[in-house]
Amino acid sequence: MTTADGTGRTGGTGGTGGTGEAGGAGEALIEVDGVEKVFDVRRKTGFLRSERRRVRAVDSLSFTVRRGEMVGYIGPNGAGKSTTIKMLTGILTPSAGRLRVAGIDPSRERTRLARRIGVVFGQRTTLWWDLPLIDSYRLVHRMYRVPDARYAENLDRCVELLGLGGLLDVPVRQLSLGQRMRGDIAAALLHDPEVLYLDEPTIGLDVVSKVKVRGFLRDLNAERGTTVLLTTHDLTDIEQLCRRVMVIDHGRLMYDGPLTGLHEVGESERTLVVDFARELPPVETDAARVVRVEGPRQWLAFPAGRSAAPLVARLAAEYPVVDLSVREPDIEAVIAKMYAGQVVP
Amino acid sequence: MAYRLSFAMTALGNLLTTALDFVAILLMFSRVDALGGYGLPEIAFLYATSSTAFGLADLALGNMERLGRRVRDGTLDTLLVRPVPVLAQVAADRFALRRLGRIVQGLAVLGYAVAVLDVDWTAGKVLTVPVMVLSGAGIFCAVFLAGAAFQFLANDAAEVQNAFTYGGTTMLQYPPTVFAREMVRGVTFVLPLAFVNWLPGLYVLGRPYPLDLPRWVAFTPPLVAVACCALAGLAWRAGLRSYRSTGS
Ligand SMILES: Nc1ncnc2c1ncn2[C@@H]1O[C@H](COP(=O)(O)OP(=O)(O)OP(=O)(O)O)[C@@H](O)[C@H]1O
Ligand SMILES: [Mg+2]
Repeated sequence: MTTADGTGRTGGTGGTGGTGEAGGAGEALIEVDGVEKVFDVRRKTGFLRSERRRVRAVDSLSFTVRRGEMVGYIGPNGAGKSTTIKMLTGILTPSAGRLRVAGIDPSRERTRLARRIGVVFGQRTTLWWDLPLIDSYRLVHRMYRVPDARYAENLDRCVELLGLGGLLDVPVRQLSLGQRMRGDIAAALLHDPEVLYLDEPTIGLDVVSKVKVRGFLRDLNAERGTTVLLTTHDLTDIEQLCRRVMVIDHGRLMYDGPLTGLHEVGESERTLVVDFARELPPVETDAARVVRVEGPRQWLAFPAGRSAAPLVARLAAEYPVVDLSVREPDIEAVIAKMYAGQVVP
Repeated sequence: MAYRLSFAMTALGNLLTTALDFVAILLMFSRVDALGGYGLPEIAFLYATSSTAFGLADLALGNMERLGRRVRDGTLDTLLVRPVPVLAQVAADRFALRRLGRIVQGLAVLGYAVAVLDVDWTAGKVLTVPVMVLSGAGIFCAVFLAGAAFQFLANDAAEVQNAFTYGGTTMLQYPPTVFAREMVRGVTFVLPLAFVNWLPGLYVLGRPYPLDLPRWVAFTPPLVAVACCALAGLAWRAGLRSYRSTGS
Protein backbone atom coordinates (compact mmCIF):
# COMPACT_ATOMS: atom_id res chain seq x y z
CA MET A 1 0.00 0.00 0.00
CA THR A 2 2.78 2.41 0.85
CA THR A 3 4.45 2.00 -2.51
CA ALA A 4 1.18 2.66 -4.24
CA ASP A 5 0.75 5.89 -2.30
CA GLY A 6 4.34 6.97 -2.96
CA THR A 7 4.09 6.51 -6.68
CA GLY A 8 0.82 8.35 -6.84
CA ARG A 9 2.10 11.39 -5.02
CA THR A 10 5.29 11.90 -6.99
CA GLY A 11 3.44 11.33 -10.23
CA GLY A 12 1.02 14.10 -9.31
CA THR A 13 3.74 16.62 -8.44
CA GLY A 14 5.51 15.87 -11.69
CA GLY A 15 2.36 16.61 -13.64
CA THR A 16 1.64 20.02 -12.14
CA GLY A 17 5.28 21.02 -12.21
CA GLY A 18 5.62 20.03 -15.84
CA THR A 19 3.10 22.56 -17.04
CA GLY A 20 4.60 25.33 -14.91
CA GLU A 21 8.04 24.64 -16.34
CA ALA A 22 6.89 24.68 -19.92
CA GLY A 23 5.46 28.16 -19.41
CA GLY A 24 8.70 29.78 -18.20
CA ALA A 25 11.00 28.02 -20.66
CA GLY A 26 14.43 29.53 -21.19
CA GLU A 27 16.52 29.69 -24.34
CA ALA A 28 17.60 26.49 -26.06
CA LEU A 29 20.89 25.34 -24.56
CA ILE A 30 21.33 21.89 -26.07
CA GLU A 31 20.27 21.41 -29.66
CA VAL A 32 20.44 18.00 -31.29
CA ASP A 33 19.26 17.75 -34.86
CA GLY A 34 19.25 14.52 -36.86
CA VAL A 35 22.32 13.22 -35.10
CA GLU A 36 23.71 9.81 -35.91
CA LYS A 37 26.60 7.79 -34.60
CA VAL A 38 27.71 4.68 -36.42
CA PHE A 39 30.42 2.40 -35.09
CA ASP A 40 32.31 0.13 -37.42
CA VAL A 41 32.88 -3.03 -35.51
CA ARG A 42 35.27 -5.66 -36.74
CA ARG A 43 34.76 -9.13 -35.52
CA LYS A 44 37.15 -11.98 -35.99
CA THR A 45 35.46 -14.81 -37.80
CA GLY A 46 38.45 -17.01 -38.32
CA PHE A 47 42.18 -17.03 -38.91
CA LEU A 48 43.10 -13.70 -40.55
CA ARG A 49 39.49 -13.15 -41.37
CA SER A 50 37.22 -10.58 -39.97
CA GLU A 51 33.80 -9.32 -40.65
CA ARG A 52 32.82 -5.66 -40.55
CA ARG A 53 29.55 -4.66 -39.11
CA ARG A 54 28.03 -1.26 -38.62
CA VAL A 55 26.39 -0.54 -35.29
CA ARG A 56 24.02 2.38 -35.42
CA ALA A 57 24.30 3.47 -31.78
CA VAL A 58 22.36 6.70 -32.29
CA ASP A 59 19.94 7.11 -35.15
CA SER A 60 18.44 10.40 -36.40
CA LEU A 61 18.13 11.78 -32.92
CA SER A 62 16.61 15.25 -32.46
CA PHE A 63 15.73 17.13 -29.30
CA THR A 64 16.20 20.46 -27.59
CA VAL A 65 16.90 21.13 -23.93
CA ARG A 66 16.22 24.61 -22.60
CA ARG A 67 18.27 26.44 -20.02
CA GLY A 68 17.28 25.42 -16.51
CA GLU A 69 15.59 22.17 -17.46
CA MET A 70 16.31 18.92 -15.72
CA VAL A 71 15.81 16.07 -18.14
CA GLY A 72 15.88 12.34 -17.54
CA TYR A 73 17.36 10.33 -20.38
CA ILE A 74 16.42 6.70 -20.11
CA GLY A 75 16.45 3.57 -22.18
CA PRO A 76 17.45 -0.08 -22.00
CA ASN A 77 21.06 -1.26 -22.05
CA GLY A 78 22.79 -0.41 -25.29
CA ALA A 79 20.14 2.12 -26.26
CA GLY A 80 22.69 4.84 -27.02
CA LYS A 81 22.47 7.02 -23.91
CA SER A 82 26.17 7.12 -23.12
CA THR A 83 26.98 7.59 -26.79
CA THR A 84 24.70 10.64 -26.89
CA ILE A 85 26.37 12.13 -23.83
CA LYS A 86 29.80 11.52 -25.30
CA MET A 87 28.78 13.37 -28.43
CA LEU A 88 27.38 16.23 -26.36
CA THR A 89 30.69 16.60 -24.54
CA GLY A 90 32.79 16.36 -27.71
CA ILE A 91 34.41 13.04 -26.83
CA LEU A 92 32.86 11.43 -29.89
CA THR A 93 32.37 13.05 -33.26
CA PRO A 94 28.88 12.41 -34.66
CA SER A 95 28.68 10.53 -37.96
CA ALA A 96 25.93 12.85 -39.17
CA GLY A 97 23.65 15.61 -37.97
CA ARG A 98 24.06 18.85 -36.08
CA LEU A 99 24.87 19.33 -32.40
CA ARG A 100 25.11 22.56 -30.44
CA VAL A 101 25.67 23.08 -26.74
CA ALA A 102 25.53 26.70 -25.65
CA GLY A 103 26.00 27.56 -29.32
CA ILE A 104 29.24 25.56 -29.54
CA ASP A 105 29.86 22.54 -31.76
CA PRO A 106 31.21 20.10 -29.14
CA SER A 107 33.55 18.04 -31.29
CA ARG A 108 35.08 21.06 -33.04
CA GLU A 109 35.59 23.27 -30.00
CA ARG A 110 35.85 20.71 -27.30
CA THR A 111 38.23 22.53 -24.97
CA ARG A 112 36.28 25.77 -25.17
CA LEU A 113 33.06 23.98 -24.36
CA ALA A 114 34.70 22.08 -21.49
CA ARG A 115 34.76 25.21 -19.33
CA ARG A 116 31.00 25.52 -19.54
CA ILE A 117 29.94 21.96 -18.89
CA GLY A 118 30.34 19.44 -16.12
CA VAL A 119 30.37 15.69 -16.70
CA VAL A 120 30.02 12.78 -14.33
CA PHE A 121 30.46 9.25 -15.64
CA GLY A 122 29.20 6.80 -13.09
CA GLN A 123 31.33 4.08 -14.65
CA ARG A 124 34.55 6.01 -14.71
CA THR A 125 36.15 8.63 -12.53
CA THR A 126 37.46 11.94 -13.84
CA LEU A 127 39.50 12.40 -10.67
CA TRP A 128 43.22 11.77 -10.41
CA TRP A 129 43.52 8.22 -9.23
CA ASP A 130 46.66 8.57 -7.10
CA LEU A 131 45.93 11.93 -5.52
CA PRO A 132 43.93 12.76 -2.43
CA LEU A 133 40.50 14.15 -3.28
CA ILE A 134 41.43 17.67 -2.26
CA ASP A 135 44.43 17.66 -4.63
CA SER A 136 42.17 16.66 -7.51
CA TYR A 137 40.00 19.63 -6.65
CA ARG A 138 43.02 21.93 -6.58
CA LEU A 139 43.99 20.71 -10.03
CA VAL A 140 40.46 21.36 -11.27
CA HIS A 141 40.69 24.82 -9.70
CA ARG A 142 43.78 25.63 -11.70
CA MET A 143 42.82 23.87 -14.88
CA TYR A 144 39.48 25.66 -15.15
CA ARG A 145 40.94 28.89 -13.76
CA VAL A 146 38.14 29.24 -11.24
CA PRO A 147 38.39 32.50 -9.27
CA ASP A 148 39.65 31.72 -5.74
CA ALA A 149 36.61 32.99 -3.88
CA ARG A 150 34.24 31.13 -6.18
CA TYR A 151 36.24 27.93 -5.81
CA ALA A 152 36.26 28.15 -2.03
CA GLU A 153 32.54 28.78 -1.94
CA ASN A 154 31.68 25.96 -4.33
CA LEU A 155 33.98 23.55 -2.58
CA ASP A 156 32.53 24.31 0.85
CA ARG A 157 29.04 23.85 -0.44
CA CYS A 158 29.79 20.54 -2.12
CA VAL A 159 31.73 19.22 0.85
CA GLU A 160 28.87 20.05 3.16
CA LEU A 161 25.97 18.88 1.02
CA LEU A 162 27.62 15.76 -0.34
CA GLY A 163 29.20 14.79 2.97
CA LEU A 164 32.78 14.81 1.75
CA GLY A 165 34.29 16.27 4.90
CA GLY A 166 36.16 13.20 6.08
CA LEU A 167 37.23 12.11 2.59
CA LEU A 168 39.24 15.07 1.34
CA ASP A 169 42.61 13.64 2.34
CA VAL A 170 41.94 10.13 1.08
CA PRO A 171 43.54 9.10 -2.23
CA VAL A 172 40.86 8.55 -4.84
CA ARG A 173 41.82 4.93 -5.41
CA GLN A 174 40.97 4.19 -1.77
CA LEU A 175 37.45 5.63 -1.97
CA SER A 176 34.48 3.31 -2.20
CA LEU A 177 32.31 3.51 -5.30
CA GLY A 178 29.69 5.67 -3.62
CA GLN A 179 32.26 7.98 -2.01
CA ARG A 180 34.06 8.37 -5.31
CA MET A 181 30.82 9.17 -7.09
CA ARG A 182 30.06 11.98 -4.68
CA GLY A 183 33.63 13.17 -5.10
CA ASP A 184 33.17 13.15 -8.87
CA ILE A 185 29.94 15.12 -8.69
CA ALA A 186 31.67 17.80 -6.63
CA ALA A 187 34.59 17.93 -9.08
CA ALA A 188 32.21 18.48 -11.96
CA LEU A 189 30.63 21.49 -10.28
CA LEU A 190 33.57 23.52 -8.96
CA HIS A 191 33.70 25.67 -12.08
CA ASP A 192 29.98 26.55 -12.13
CA PRO A 193 29.06 24.71 -15.32
CA GLU A 194 25.93 25.77 -17.17
CA VAL A 195 25.10 22.19 -18.10
CA LEU A 196 25.70 19.10 -16.06
CA TYR A 197 25.64 15.69 -17.74
CA LEU A 198 25.27 12.75 -15.43
CA ASP A 199 25.68 9.27 -16.84
CA GLU A 200 24.29 6.92 -14.19
CA PRO A 201 25.25 9.07 -11.20
CA THR A 202 23.44 6.95 -8.63
CA ILE A 203 24.95 3.62 -9.66
CA GLY A 204 26.30 1.92 -6.57
CA LEU A 205 25.00 4.48 -4.09
CA ASP A 206 23.33 3.37 -0.88
CA VAL A 207 19.89 4.63 0.04
CA VAL A 208 21.16 7.50 2.19
CA SER A 209 23.67 8.65 -0.42
CA LYS A 210 21.05 8.49 -3.14
CA VAL A 211 18.77 10.76 -1.17
CA LYS A 212 21.69 13.11 -0.54
CA VAL A 213 22.71 13.24 -4.18
CA ARG A 214 19.16 13.74 -5.42
CA GLY A 215 18.56 16.54 -2.95
CA PHE A 216 21.82 18.13 -3.97
CA LEU A 217 20.96 17.99 -7.68
CA ARG A 218 17.48 19.35 -7.08
CA ASP A 219 18.89 22.33 -5.18
CA LEU A 220 21.54 22.90 -7.80
CA ASN A 221 18.90 23.06 -10.48
CA ALA A 222 16.51 25.20 -8.46
CA GLU A 223 19.00 27.67 -6.98
CA ARG A 224 21.64 28.00 -9.65
CA GLY A 225 19.51 27.15 -12.65
CA THR A 226 22.02 24.57 -13.81
CA THR A 227 20.66 22.55 -16.70
CA VAL A 228 20.87 18.84 -16.00
CA LEU A 229 20.74 15.86 -18.34
CA LEU A 230 20.66 12.62 -16.43
CA THR A 231 20.76 8.99 -17.50
CA THR A 232 19.89 6.30 -15.02
CA HIS A 233 18.38 2.88 -14.64
CA ASP A 234 16.86 3.87 -11.31
CA LEU A 235 13.50 5.32 -12.19
CA THR A 236 13.13 6.78 -8.74
CA ASP A 237 15.85 9.24 -9.72
CA ILE A 238 13.72 10.35 -12.62
CA GLU A 239 10.50 10.45 -10.63
CA GLN A 240 12.05 12.61 -7.97
CA LEU A 241 14.11 14.92 -10.15
CA CYS A 242 12.88 15.25 -13.69
CA ARG A 243 9.72 16.71 -15.05
CA ARG A 244 10.69 15.75 -18.51
CA VAL A 245 11.89 12.38 -19.70
CA MET A 246 13.28 11.22 -22.98
CA VAL A 247 13.16 7.53 -23.71
CA ILE A 248 15.59 6.19 -26.26
CA ASP A 249 15.81 2.71 -27.68
CA HIS A 250 18.03 1.38 -30.45
CA GLY A 251 19.35 4.89 -30.85
CA ARG A 252 15.94 6.39 -31.59
CA LEU A 253 13.92 8.71 -29.45
CA MET A 254 10.74 6.86 -28.49
CA TYR A 255 9.21 9.37 -26.13
CA ASP A 256 9.88 12.95 -25.09
CA GLY A 257 7.56 14.63 -22.63
CA PRO A 258 6.44 14.79 -19.02
CA LEU A 259 6.89 11.71 -16.91
CA THR A 260 3.15 11.40 -16.35
CA GLY A 261 2.54 11.33 -20.08
CA LEU A 262 4.37 8.03 -20.26
CA HIS A 263 1.32 6.39 -18.76
CA GLU A 264 -0.78 7.32 -21.75
CA VAL A 265 1.82 6.21 -24.22
CA GLY A 266 2.37 2.99 -22.32
CA GLU A 267 -1.41 2.36 -22.08
CA SER A 268 -0.91 1.89 -18.38
CA GLU A 269 -3.57 0.72 -16.02
CA ARG A 270 -4.45 1.41 -12.43
CA THR A 271 -5.38 -1.45 -10.20
CA LEU A 272 -8.28 -1.62 -7.81
CA VAL A 273 -7.67 -4.10 -5.02
CA VAL A 274 -10.92 -5.26 -3.46
CA ASP A 275 -11.41 -7.37 -0.35
CA PHE A 276 -14.77 -9.11 -0.38
CA ALA A 277 -16.47 -10.62 2.66
CA ARG A 278 -15.98 -14.11 1.26
CA GLU A 279 -14.45 -15.89 -1.70
CA LEU A 280 -16.24 -15.01 -4.90
CA PRO A 281 -15.86 -15.95 -8.55
CA PRO A 282 -14.10 -13.19 -10.56
CA VAL A 283 -16.48 -10.22 -10.75
CA GLU A 284 -17.95 -9.49 -14.14
CA THR A 285 -17.84 -5.91 -15.35
CA ASP A 286 -16.86 -4.27 -18.61
CA ALA A 287 -15.28 -1.31 -16.79
CA ALA A 288 -12.35 -3.41 -15.60
CA ARG A 289 -10.80 -6.82 -15.95
CA VAL A 290 -9.82 -9.12 -13.16
CA VAL A 291 -6.09 -9.78 -13.28
CA ARG A 292 -5.69 -11.81 -10.12
CA VAL A 293 -7.80 -13.59 -7.52
CA GLU A 294 -6.49 -14.71 -4.14
CA GLY A 295 -9.08 -15.94 -1.68
CA PRO A 296 -11.54 -13.14 -1.01
CA ARG A 297 -9.18 -10.55 -2.56
CA GLN A 298 -9.36 -9.58 -6.25
CA TRP A 299 -7.26 -7.28 -8.41
CA LEU A 300 -9.11 -5.31 -11.07
CA ALA A 301 -7.22 -3.41 -13.74
CA PHE A 302 -8.77 -0.38 -15.44
CA PRO A 303 -7.34 2.34 -17.74
CA ALA A 304 -5.23 4.87 -15.84
CA GLY A 305 -7.06 7.80 -17.37
CA ARG A 306 -10.50 6.77 -16.11
CA SER A 307 -11.97 7.59 -12.71
CA ALA A 308 -12.27 4.78 -10.18
CA ALA A 309 -15.46 6.15 -8.63
CA PRO A 310 -18.13 4.51 -10.89
CA LEU A 311 -16.39 1.19 -10.62
CA VAL A 312 -16.15 1.42 -6.85
CA ALA A 313 -19.79 2.45 -6.59
CA ARG A 314 -20.95 -0.48 -8.66
CA LEU A 315 -18.88 -2.99 -6.78
CA ALA A 316 -20.08 -1.66 -3.43
CA ALA A 317 -23.68 -1.86 -4.60
CA GLU A 318 -23.50 -5.37 -6.03
CA TYR A 319 -20.98 -7.19 -3.84
CA PRO A 320 -20.17 -7.49 -0.15
CA VAL A 321 -17.11 -5.25 -0.18
CA VAL A 322 -15.03 -5.11 3.02
CA ASP A 323 -12.15 -2.92 1.91
CA LEU A 324 -10.59 -1.47 -1.22
CA SER A 325 -7.61 0.52 -2.40
CA VAL A 326 -6.34 1.91 -5.68
CA ARG A 327 -2.81 1.29 -6.88
CA GLU A 328 -1.28 3.83 -9.19
CA PRO A 329 0.40 2.48 -12.29
CA ASP A 330 3.95 1.47 -11.71
CA ILE A 331 6.25 3.57 -13.85
CA GLU A 332 8.74 0.73 -14.03
CA ALA A 333 6.11 -1.55 -15.46
CA VAL A 334 5.16 1.09 -18.01
CA ILE A 335 8.74 1.53 -19.11
CA ALA A 336 9.46 -2.18 -19.15
CA LYS A 337 6.43 -2.58 -21.41
CA MET A 338 7.73 0.19 -23.60
CA TYR A 339 11.22 -1.32 -23.89
CA ALA A 340 9.81 -4.75 -24.62
CA GLY A 341 7.40 -3.45 -27.25
CA GLN A 342 10.14 -1.82 -29.27
CA VAL A 343 12.29 -4.82 -29.94
CA VAL A 344 13.63 -4.42 -33.44
CA PRO A 345 15.59 -7.38 -34.79
CA MET B 1 59.47 10.76 -0.60
CA ALA B 2 59.09 7.38 -2.24
CA TYR B 3 58.57 9.19 -5.52
CA ARG B 4 61.74 11.21 -5.07
CA LEU B 5 63.78 8.11 -4.34
CA SER B 6 62.39 6.25 -7.31
CA PHE B 7 63.05 9.34 -9.41
CA ALA B 8 66.71 9.37 -8.41
CA MET B 9 67.01 5.66 -9.01
CA THR B 10 65.44 5.64 -12.43
CA ALA B 11 67.47 8.68 -13.44
CA LEU B 12 70.60 6.86 -12.41
CA GLY B 13 69.43 3.75 -14.20
CA ASN B 14 68.76 5.68 -17.39
CA LEU B 15 72.15 7.28 -17.16
CA LEU B 16 73.81 3.90 -16.78
CA THR B 17 71.99 2.27 -19.67
CA THR B 18 72.66 5.12 -22.06
CA ALA B 19 76.26 5.22 -20.89
CA LEU B 20 76.49 1.52 -21.63
CA ASP B 21 75.05 2.30 -25.05
CA PHE B 22 77.95 4.59 -25.68
CA VAL B 23 80.51 2.24 -24.17
CA ALA B 24 79.29 -0.42 -26.58
CA ILE B 25 80.04 1.88 -29.48
CA LEU B 26 83.39 2.67 -27.89
CA LEU B 27 84.30 -0.99 -27.61
CA MET B 28 83.27 -1.72 -31.13
CA PHE B 29 85.27 1.25 -32.24
CA SER B 30 88.41 0.17 -30.36
CA ARG B 31 88.33 -3.16 -32.22
CA VAL B 32 87.52 -1.78 -35.62
CA ASP B 33 89.83 1.19 -35.07
CA ALA B 34 87.67 3.48 -37.14
CA LEU B 35 83.97 2.97 -37.69
CA GLY B 36 83.30 3.68 -41.33
CA GLY B 37 86.26 6.04 -41.31
CA TYR B 38 85.08 8.13 -38.36
CA GLY B 39 87.11 8.76 -35.22
CA LEU B 40 85.89 8.57 -31.64
CA PRO B 41 85.21 12.32 -31.13
CA GLU B 42 83.20 12.42 -34.32
CA ILE B 43 81.09 9.45 -33.31
CA ALA B 44 80.69 10.96 -29.87
CA PHE B 45 79.43 14.15 -31.49
CA LEU B 46 76.88 12.39 -33.69
CA TYR B 47 75.78 10.24 -30.81
CA ALA B 48 75.44 13.14 -28.37
CA THR B 49 73.38 15.39 -30.63
CA SER B 50 70.92 12.64 -31.50
CA SER B 51 70.73 11.46 -27.91
CA THR B 52 70.08 14.95 -26.55
CA ALA B 53 67.47 15.67 -29.20
CA PHE B 54 65.72 12.42 -28.44
CA GLY B 55 65.96 13.08 -24.72
CA LEU B 56 64.25 16.44 -25.13
CA ALA B 57 61.43 14.97 -27.21
CA ASP B 58 61.07 12.10 -24.79
CA LEU B 59 60.82 14.53 -21.90
CA ALA B 60 57.99 16.40 -23.61
CA LEU B 61 56.02 13.65 -25.30
CA GLY B 62 57.49 10.34 -24.15
CA ASN B 63 54.28 9.75 -22.21
CA MET B 64 52.50 9.34 -25.53
CA GLU B 65 53.31 5.65 -25.39
CA ARG B 66 50.84 5.31 -22.59
CA LEU B 67 48.16 6.89 -24.71
CA GLY B 68 47.56 3.59 -26.46
CA ARG B 69 46.28 2.10 -23.26
CA ARG B 70 44.03 5.08 -22.66
CA VAL B 71 42.61 4.78 -26.16
CA ARG B 72 41.94 1.09 -25.71
CA ASP B 73 40.36 1.21 -22.27
CA GLY B 74 38.48 4.46 -22.89
CA THR B 75 40.07 6.48 -20.10
CA LEU B 76 40.99 9.07 -22.71
CA ASP B 77 37.39 10.24 -22.15
CA THR B 78 38.46 11.90 -18.93
CA LEU B 79 41.16 13.94 -20.65
CA LEU B 80 38.78 14.97 -23.39
CA VAL B 81 36.26 16.62 -21.09
CA ARG B 82 38.80 18.99 -19.57
CA PRO B 83 39.49 22.48 -20.90
CA VAL B 84 43.16 21.79 -21.61
CA PRO B 85 44.45 20.20 -24.84
CA VAL B 86 45.03 16.48 -24.52
CA LEU B 87 48.67 16.84 -25.57
CA ALA B 88 49.41 19.20 -22.70
CA GLN B 89 47.67 16.89 -20.26
CA VAL B 90 49.52 13.82 -21.44
CA ALA B 91 52.84 15.64 -21.32
CA ALA B 92 52.16 16.92 -17.82
CA ASP B 93 50.82 13.61 -16.56
CA ARG B 94 53.53 12.33 -14.20
CA PHE B 95 55.91 14.74 -15.86
CA ALA B 96 58.84 12.45 -16.39
CA LEU B 97 61.70 14.40 -14.88
CA ARG B 98 63.56 11.14 -14.62
CA ARG B 99 63.94 11.25 -18.36
CA LEU B 100 66.34 14.11 -17.74
CA GLY B 101 68.98 11.37 -17.38
CA ARG B 102 69.31 10.94 -21.12
CA ILE B 103 69.57 14.67 -21.72
CA VAL B 104 72.21 15.20 -19.06
CA GLN B 105 74.24 12.35 -20.39
CA GLY B 106 73.82 13.51 -24.00
CA LEU B 107 74.98 16.99 -23.08
CA ALA B 108 77.98 15.60 -21.21
CA VAL B 109 79.10 13.57 -24.21
CA LEU B 110 78.45 16.57 -26.42
CA GLY B 111 80.70 18.68 -24.19
CA TYR B 112 83.43 16.10 -24.47
CA ALA B 113 83.08 15.84 -28.25
CA VAL B 114 83.12 19.60 -28.78
CA ALA B 115 86.21 19.90 -26.59
CA VAL B 116 88.27 17.27 -28.39
CA LEU B 117 86.93 17.64 -31.95
CA ASP B 118 89.46 18.96 -34.39
CA VAL B 119 87.02 21.34 -36.09
CA ASP B 120 87.39 24.89 -37.30
CA TRP B 121 84.52 26.45 -35.31
CA THR B 122 83.05 29.08 -37.60
CA ALA B 123 79.96 31.01 -36.46
CA GLY B 124 77.82 28.89 -38.79
CA LYS B 125 79.07 25.66 -37.23
CA VAL B 126 78.64 26.94 -33.69
CA LEU B 127 75.06 27.93 -34.47
CA THR B 128 74.35 24.65 -36.21
CA VAL B 129 74.87 22.63 -33.03
CA PRO B 130 71.94 23.99 -30.94
CA VAL B 131 69.79 24.28 -34.06
CA MET B 132 70.34 20.67 -34.97
CA VAL B 133 69.60 19.53 -31.44
CA LEU B 134 66.38 21.55 -31.24
CA SER B 135 65.11 20.66 -34.68
CA GLY B 136 66.02 17.07 -33.96
CA ALA B 137 63.90 17.26 -30.85
CA GLY B 138 61.09 18.72 -32.99
CA ILE B 139 61.34 15.88 -35.47
CA PHE B 140 61.34 13.27 -32.74
CA CYS B 141 58.31 14.99 -31.19
CA ALA B 142 56.57 14.74 -34.54
CA VAL B 143 57.36 11.04 -34.64
CA PHE B 144 55.97 10.57 -31.14
CA LEU B 145 52.88 12.52 -32.09
CA ALA B 146 52.34 10.66 -35.34
CA GLY B 147 52.77 7.43 -33.42
CA ALA B 148 50.15 8.58 -30.94
CA ALA B 149 47.79 9.48 -33.78
CA PHE B 150 48.39 6.05 -35.25
CA GLN B 151 47.23 4.48 -32.00
CA PHE B 152 43.70 5.61 -32.70
CA LEU B 153 43.70 3.46 -35.82
CA ALA B 154 45.61 0.40 -34.77
CA ASN B 155 44.87 -0.61 -31.26
CA ASP B 156 48.11 -2.34 -30.49
CA ALA B 157 50.37 0.18 -32.10
CA ALA B 158 52.45 1.05 -29.05
CA GLU B 159 55.03 -1.56 -29.91
CA VAL B 160 55.27 -0.52 -33.55
CA GLN B 161 55.92 3.06 -32.55
CA ASN B 162 58.62 2.04 -30.13
CA ALA B 163 60.43 0.11 -32.83
CA PHE B 164 60.24 3.28 -34.86
CA THR B 165 61.71 5.79 -32.45
CA TYR B 166 64.04 3.73 -30.32
CA GLY B 167 65.25 1.79 -33.35
CA GLY B 168 65.63 5.14 -35.07
CA THR B 169 67.98 6.59 -32.48
CA THR B 170 70.21 3.54 -32.42
CA MET B 171 70.65 3.76 -36.14
CA LEU B 172 71.43 7.45 -35.95
CA GLN B 173 74.19 6.83 -33.52
CA TYR B 174 76.28 5.27 -36.30
CA PRO B 175 77.75 7.21 -39.20
CA PRO B 176 75.89 6.74 -42.48
CA THR B 177 78.56 5.05 -44.55
CA VAL B 178 78.09 1.91 -42.50
CA PHE B 179 74.68 1.44 -44.07
CA ALA B 180 73.78 0.56 -47.58
CA ARG B 181 73.10 3.38 -49.96
CA GLU B 182 69.41 2.54 -50.38
CA MET B 183 68.93 2.52 -46.67
CA VAL B 184 70.44 5.96 -46.37
CA ARG B 185 68.21 7.23 -49.12
CA GLY B 186 65.19 5.81 -47.30
CA VAL B 187 66.21 7.37 -44.04
CA THR B 188 66.86 10.78 -45.56
CA PHE B 189 63.74 11.04 -47.62
CA VAL B 190 61.21 8.75 -46.06
CA LEU B 191 62.13 9.32 -42.46
CA PRO B 192 63.28 12.86 -41.97
CA LEU B 193 65.03 11.62 -38.87
CA ALA B 194 68.35 11.94 -40.69
CA PHE B 195 68.05 15.68 -40.36
CA VAL B 196 68.42 15.23 -36.66
CA ASN B 197 72.00 14.50 -36.96
CA TRP B 198 73.61 13.25 -40.14
CA LEU B 199 73.42 16.13 -42.54
CA PRO B 200 74.08 19.03 -40.15
CA GLY B 201 76.49 16.80 -38.24
CA LEU B 202 78.51 16.05 -41.30
CA TYR B 203 78.50 19.75 -42.11
CA VAL B 204 79.94 20.58 -38.69
CA LEU B 205 82.53 17.84 -39.01
CA GLY B 206 83.45 19.02 -42.49
CA ARG B 207 82.71 15.60 -43.98
CA PRO B 208 81.31 14.91 -47.43
CA TYR B 209 77.58 14.15 -47.63
CA PRO B 210 76.24 10.85 -48.78
CA LEU B 211 74.44 10.89 -52.16
CA ASP B 212 76.24 14.12 -53.17
CA LEU B 213 73.57 16.30 -51.61
CA PRO B 214 74.24 20.05 -51.83
CA ARG B 215 75.92 21.76 -48.92
CA TRP B 216 72.95 23.88 -47.87
CA VAL B 217 70.83 20.92 -46.80
CA ALA B 218 72.61 21.25 -43.47
CA PHE B 219 70.44 24.29 -42.77
CA THR B 220 67.06 22.75 -43.63
CA PRO B 221 66.41 20.85 -40.38
CA PRO B 222 64.35 23.61 -38.72
CA LEU B 223 62.07 23.75 -41.75
CA VAL B 224 61.82 19.99 -41.87
CA ALA B 225 61.04 19.93 -38.15
CA VAL B 226 58.24 22.47 -38.55
CA ALA B 227 56.80 20.59 -41.52
CA CYS B 228 56.93 17.29 -39.67
CA CYS B 229 55.26 18.75 -36.61
CA ALA B 230 52.53 20.28 -38.76
CA LEU B 231 51.86 16.97 -40.50
CA ALA B 232 51.93 15.07 -37.24
CA GLY B 233 49.57 17.66 -35.74
CA LEU B 234 47.09 17.08 -38.55
CA ALA B 235 47.34 13.33 -38.07
CA TRP B 236 46.78 13.80 -34.35
CA ARG B 237 43.65 15.85 -34.94
CA ALA B 238 42.32 13.28 -37.35
CA GLY B 239 43.10 10.59 -34.79
CA LEU B 240 41.20 12.40 -32.05
CA ARG B 241 38.20 12.78 -34.30
CA SER B 242 38.15 9.09 -34.98
CA TYR B 243 38.37 8.22 -31.30
CA ARG B 244 35.49 5.91 -30.43
CA SER B 245 35.79 5.50 -26.69
CA THR B 246 34.39 2.23 -25.36
CA GLY B 247 30.88 1.00 -24.75
CA SER B 248 29.42 1.98 -21.37
N1 LIG C 1 33.33 2.21 -28.73
C1 LIG C 1 32.36 1.47 -29.26
N2 LIG C 1 32.62 0.63 -30.27
C2 LIG C 1 31.65 -0.10 -30.82
N3 LIG C 1 30.37 -0.07 -30.44
C3 LIG C 1 30.03 0.73 -29.44
C4 LIG C 1 31.00 1.55 -28.80
N4 LIG C 1 30.39 2.27 -27.83
C5 LIG C 1 29.10 1.90 -27.86
N5 LIG C 1 28.87 0.98 -28.83
C6 LIG C 1 27.57 0.38 -29.17
O1 LIG C 1 26.63 1.40 -29.27
C7 LIG C 1 25.40 1.04 -28.67
C8 LIG C 1 25.01 2.07 -27.63
O2 LIG C 1 25.89 2.03 -26.54
P1 LIG C 1 25.76 3.01 -25.29
O3 LIG C 1 26.96 2.79 -24.46
O4 LIG C 1 25.49 4.37 -25.77
O5 LIG C 1 24.47 2.44 -24.56
P2 LIG C 1 23.78 2.94 -23.23
O6 LIG C 1 22.44 3.42 -23.60
O7 LIG C 1 24.66 3.87 -22.49
O8 LIG C 1 23.62 1.57 -22.45
P3 LIG C 1 23.78 1.24 -20.89
O9 LIG C 1 22.48 1.51 -20.27
O10 LIG C 1 24.07 -0.21 -20.89
O11 LIG C 1 24.89 2.08 -20.35
C9 LIG C 1 25.60 -0.35 -28.13
O12 LIG C 1 25.04 -1.26 -29.05
C10 LIG C 1 27.08 -0.54 -28.07
O13 LIG C 1 27.43 -1.86 -28.34
MG1 LIG D 1 25.74 3.83 -20.67
